[in-house]
Amino acid sequence: MKALRAVLAVLSDLVIGDDWRITAGIIAVLGLTAVLAHHGLPAWWLPPLAVVALLAGTVWAARRRAGSVP
Amino acid sequence: MGAGGFLVLSVFLACCVESVEALTVILATGVTRGWRASLWGAAGAVAVLAVIVAVMGPAVTRVPLDWLRLLVGGLLLVFGLQWLRKATLRAAGLKALHDEAAVYDRQIAAANAAGGKPTSGLDRYAFTLSFKAVLLEGLEVVFIVLTFGANQGSIPLAAVGGIAAVVLVSAAGFAVRAPLTRVPENTLKFVVGVMLTAFGVFWSGEAAGVNWPGADGALLALIAVIGLAALGLARAARPALADPALAGPALPDPAEVIR
Repeated sequence: MKALRAVLAVLSDLVIGDDWRITAGIIAVLGLTAVLAHHGLPAWWLPPLAVVALLAGTVWAARRRAGSVP
Repeated sequence: MGAGGFLVLSVFLACCVESVEALTVILATGVTRGWRASLWGAAGAVAVLAVIVAVMGPAVTRVPLDWLRLLVGGLLLVFGLQWLRKATLRAAGLKALHDEAAVYDRQIAAANAAGGKPTSGLDRYAFTLSFKAVLLEGLEVVFIVLTFGANQGSIPLAAVGGIAAVVLVSAAGFAVRAPLTRVPENTLKFVVGVMLTAFGVFWSGEAAGVNWPGADGALLALIAVIGLAALGLARAARPALADPALAGPALPDPAEVIR
């Protein structure tokens, strides 16, 4: 039981990690990318842009939590 | 460097980081509680991991390639971005640097405090600690090898990178019998975070229907863009903290931290 809980904790760490919004954001971005591509629109710019935005968002949130931003 | 070279290098670097973490615990328990139980614990975990690979490996290859790429690329992207987040926060001075020497010292103190070292038979404390560390870090190695390998259509090639990392780190660790503090782990984590994220973007994007300009060459551009963005973010996240009224002592330069 302990081992199963440890394995589940590792899987949760892999998939959700410290900020669940990263996982949610990536699911949304991949969905939107698939919709754009399905309609024949250029979609290559979206994933890299979204990843940089997600990273910026999560780093900024951590900085705010650290009390550095009033 | 071709896609195969990038695959082996990325898996190798990521697995080096995981191996260093597991080895630190094995060395700490081996030095304080005895090598026999520590090494048996590690060997037991490797046996369990072998069973997991034997079950998961063939299953991964049976899933349709497009769905596999989307699922695995997405998972890799989540994993890589979480990793890059931590590395960026460390470079910005918002999270403590990972210090393998400190981890080693803490493990030594905990092993000494556990007491009750048996005079005969296997030391259960050392066995369990070593087993857990190798199993948990090993699961991450297995995940990295299977996801990278399945996406590139070459699990054996990814396994070469993973095995090379584990063998090299183990040999280095046991040669010096001390934590691998000379491995620039924070730098390595930053580089690995960038590479995992770039591969994740590339594969999941491709699976979602993206036609990358320049085909495989787009991977290089993604690595450059994501790396520069993370560096820039680490730098940008710093200035407000540099206000002594808010943050106390001056923070290290991100460029120094990740060097």
